[in-house]
Amino acid sequence: MSTRLKSGGRLIDRSAGVEFTFNGKRMHGYAGDTLAAALLANDQMLVGRSFKYHRPRGIVASGAEEPNALVNLGRGARLEPNQRTTTTEVFDGLECTSQNHWPSLEYDVGVLNNFAARVLPAGFYYKTFIHPRAAWKHVFEPIIRHSAGLGRAPKHRDADRYEQAYAFCDVLVAGGGVAGLQAALVAARAGLRVWIVEQTAHWGGRAPVDGDMINGKPAADWINAAVSSLAAIDNVTMRLRTMAAGVHDHGYVLLDENVADHTPGDGRPRHRLWRMRAARTIAATGAIERPLSFAGNDIPGVMLASAVRDYVVNWAVSPGDRTVVVTNNDDAYRTAIALAEAGLEVAAIIDARAVADGPLPMRARALGLRVETGRGIAMVKGARRVTGVEMCLQAGEGSASTHISCEAVAMSGGWSPVVHLWSHCGGKLLWDEAGAFFRPDASRPPTGADGLAMVHTVGAANGALRTALTDADAGTKIIAKALGARPKAVSAPVYDLPDEAPTEPVWIMPQGASIALRSRMWLDYQNDVKVSDVQLAAREGYVSVEHTKRYTTLGMATDQGKLSNINGLAVLADSLNAPIPQVGTTTFRPPYTPVPLGALAGEARGEIFQPLRKTPLHAWHQAHGAYFEPVGLWRRPYCYPQPGETHAQAVHREVLNTRSQVGLLDASTLGKIIVKGPDAGRFLDMLYTGVMSTLPIGKCRYGLMCNEQGFLSDDGVVARIEADTWLCHTTSGGADRIHGWMEDWLQCEWWDWQVYTANVTEQSAQVAVVGPKARKLLEKLGGMDVSKEALPFMQWADGTLGGFAVRVYRISFSGELSYEIAVPAGQGAAFWQACHAAGADLGAMPYGTEALHIMRAEKGFIMIGDETDGTIIPQDLGLDWAVSKKKPDFLGKRGQERPYLANPERWKLVGFQTLDGSVIPEGAYVLATGSNANGQRNVQGRVTSTYHSPTLGRGIAMGLIHRGPARMGEVVAFNTVTGGTVKATIVDAVAFDKEGEKQNV
Amino acid sequence: MSDPGLPKSGAVFHGFATVRAVGPVGMITLRAKPDVPRLAEAFAALGLTVPDVRRIVLGQGVAVAWMSPDEYLLILDPAATGATMATLGSTLQGSHHLAVDVSDARAMFRVEGPLADQVLRKLSPADFDMLQPLEVRRTRAAQVAAAFWAQNGGFTIICFRSVADYMMALLSQSAQPGSEL
Repeated sequence: MSTRLKSGGRLIDRSAGVEFTFNGKRMHGYAGDTLAAALLANDQMLVGRSFKYHRPRGIVASGAEEPNALVNLGRGARLEPNQRTTTTEVFDGLECTSQNHWPSLEYDVGVLNNFAARVLPAGFYYKTFIHPRAAWKHVFEPIIRHSAGLGRAPKHRDADRYEQAYAFCDVLVAGGGVAGLQAALVAARAGLRVWIVEQTAHWGGRAPVDGDMINGKPAADWINAAVSSLAAIDNVTMRLRTMAAGVHDHGYVLLDENVADHTPGDGRPRHRLWRMRAARTIAATGAIERPLSFAGNDIPGVMLASAVRDYVVNWAVSPGDRTVVVTNNDDAYRTAIALAEAGLEVAAIIDARAVADGPLPMRARALGLRVETGRGIAMVKGARRVTGVEMCLQAGEGSASTHISCEAVAMSGGWSPVVHLWSHCGGKLLWDEAGAFFRPDASRPPTGADGLAMVHTVGAANGALRTALTDADAGTKIIAKALGARPKAVSAPVYDLPDEAPTEPVWIMPQGASIALRSRMWLDYQNDVKVSDVQLAAREGYVSVEHTKRYTTLGMATDQGKLSNINGLAVLADSLNAPIPQVGTTTFRPPYTPVPLGALAGEARGEIFQPLRKTPLHAWHQAHGAYFEPVGLWRRPYCYPQPGETHAQAVHREVLNTRSQVGLLDASTLGKIIVKGPDAGRFLDMLYTGVMSTLPIGKCRYGLMCNEQGFLSDDGVVARIEADTWLCHTTSGGADRIHGWMEDWLQCEWWDWQVYTANVTEQSAQVAVVGPKARKLLEKLGGMDVSKEALPFMQWADGTLGGFAVRVYRISFSGELSYEIAVPAGQGAAFWQACHAAGADLGAMPYGTEALHIMRAEKGFIMIGDETDGTIIPQDLGLDWAVSKKKPDFLGKRGQERPYLANPERWKLVGFQTLDGSVIPEGAYVLATGSNANGQRNVQGRVTSTYHSPTLGRGIAMGLIHRGPARMGEVVAFNTVTGGTVKATIVDAVAFDKEGEKQNV
Repeated sequence: MSDPGLPKSGAVFHGFATVRAVGPVGMITLRAKPDVPRLAEAFAALGLTVPDVRRIVLGQGVAVAWMSPDEYLLILDPAATGATMATLGSTLQGSHHLAVDVSDARAMFRVEGPLADQVLRKLSPADFDMLQPLEVRRTRAAQVAAAFWAQNGGFTIICFRSVADYMMALLSQSAQPGSEL
């Protein structure tokens, strides 16, 4: 059984005990424990089940590479599934539950799949569930979903908060092991701005665990000194619990800082995402140990040798009283030595190599440990935990074997550099024959905007497993020089490691294993991909490693192949009789380990999920019960329902009141752009389809803007303010876009024209006073002359109203007598209230955007976004009158002359009046005869605006139909969503007051 | 009768730094190239010089910030806006320019305290370590446009009026106690 040792544990504080629960069971740990260490200390070796076969799963690793030991962490609003116990720091009150088991971890019915393993080979899903088609959705998927899958998705709103922060540096060092620390020291002493981040809570990495000596002293001494030195340098930022998740173009690196996972509810943000711009990134990310492929290598109690060493040395946790070490290299002997020194029994060291006589094996032998060379494991015995191993000849088939009883197996198949950060932006890899691993090819780095390498690797990540310090020192000096800094001429510390004999690649153990054994050699523990599956994929023609990955799901588990990648592709290469570098690796993509979605969302949730733009009158609207709708980022009142009114009834009332009395509209969102300069008139003549340069001062003109292709982009009223100054109104959603459009042309194309623009949309509140009694209302406010003579239709004037300095535009989007009054935004609310006070006995009421839309539709006025959709030219809408035929050029002119757009056969705007007075459904099409090649009914037009008109007491609609205006009086049929059709007569688009008498009084 | 105040004026949040909505402030956008005739005279009349790229020049009750190669922002007492507009107009008569009162279009905030920079480091992709005294950054704060500069032991931030509530909530969220960087 796994247990806590009486003494030792460099990372735990035995004076600070913590209580936690696993599946409701109370357990005890110490501050400094990872959850995995604490679980093992409580003899909890079984921690989960695999995806496909529901086989028992134990803790394999001690870090980010762990594929098995994932738990649901916390509960309710703090539930977080798929948390790696090996990277989770334990804290008092921690609650976790195991995942992917049913009905319980110990008695899982899915384990029956064990017997089904023979009928669930690679590609099983693809082969089995293709036919019949309907069965996937209704039969197979629900069953598979019930038995497969990971943790529970949280159902509550996340109780924690998250944030992001921006940072900049010359050198970002990812990894706080000895190589990373040395790199940071070199760069910092050269005067560069340095960040160093480490994903765990401790600096120094593996060196102290492995008993390494630096400058003749224990590595921990050098690490402490290095950390203090770095902390004392101003230009260095050090962050623990911060993982470099991904390297992106232009030196953009995302760092996930775990701020408060281990102190939930303390008020700090749970995670912080750093958005770093680094001139150079140094990946000092170390290496990950590889498992060995032998039968039963997935049984709980089989662990990586380095992990066993970590648990013993760091947390004083023994994985079992009797351990078998199995290896193809010298490094694993460190584990045997560490176990022996901790007073634990090492049943045997099984070394696949014929000879093992380096310093480490010799030291193990000197400690009296049994070393068996040329041997391998034929089979691990045990069901829910290891009971022993069958030892065999590595060169054989695994038939003749010797039983060795044990409680744990420590395996080491060699080490693979962590090349993720190097690879994210396209750094290429080399196969290193001597080390039997892929390492970065320095001649093919990921490059930045300057064409130079932007990511470098140092230490073990660079393949320098045994010369990490000198490699980091030399590598960083080159980088510092490339950045124009002068590294100090200090030599690297002496990293004194015992010699090691080369690793001998062992991809299958034993070498000639039968199919029965190969079917029980796990490559990907979580996804249940075995050696036999990859071999089957190769036999079935999957020669690409990317295809094999998807066919077998190898490396698609939550560890993203950290353990399985190299072993899998080596097996594939062997099956294909191809060299490993020819098979290659799958693509390394960010993030290195999962980043919480909350961290990616950052502060953008709740009230500040998105900026809501508010007009100066917003508070009044809210206080008066307005029902809002989004218009761009603005919130505009849709209507103002009175008690007991539905929205439809409110809109109905608002329209009738405006048409018969007077309505007040908050038009502040309307875009307002000032255009000034000697060339302003010429500029506007290019921008608008009509002529603006001839507009007299004091007058207004409606204008259309098109893009270069000729399609309608925006519309609005233009006012001539002074000889060289115009004010352009844009649509509410279009102000910023049109301002940008103007600047684009001025800065990029007509840079020599003397024109300045300014977007003054928010400087004014704009109030529309609309209706037959509008003039009376303004006269009650008093001030300027607003009579028909003094201020005729389509003119503007400055003056005062009710004591407010105003600019009044006599324009109308409703067909009524209408004034749009601009006041400084800060006075908008007061002016709006003054209008209500003055209009109280005139029946003044506010109206919202829906009433606005209905009234403009009654008048046949188009709306950008309703009648237009990016494919509509002014001529389609019968707006030929607003398109100048005399101007030599304007934006869109040549586009509109293209044969397809100039074609009289286009769909054109008309009105529709239903025979029964009903409202045509939104989005309805006008049916034509026959069907198209896809068997769909042919259509000849569509509705663009459709409303119930309170004024006329019937449905009104505008729409586009083939050769529209030429077909007045014709009856056509619209389809409806519910089936059936609606018949309507083609009529004029203007349904109300065609002569415009009401607005011109 | 009229309220010249900016939205949220007077709102305060005390976190690890203090966030305050301030105002009212007069502002004039002046579009002009730095070499346009009489620009220096126009600024000199206000006791100012033409600001260098990305700098703000502080005068007595009035300041001018560089906003782009052909745009400046005057920040002044709101009561002086009208007179200053008139001065600019007469001095720059005949020089191609555009001066417009944008006092009501903007909101202004102060973030103060020894850690004030950290509030903004979370929101703006600007390199604060490299920020010079009286350097103006025209950038964004989370999802909205913003400009700021360091002054008097804190930062002054300008944004558009319509998003003043968003900015206040954003700065307050960013200054939450316990979230120091």
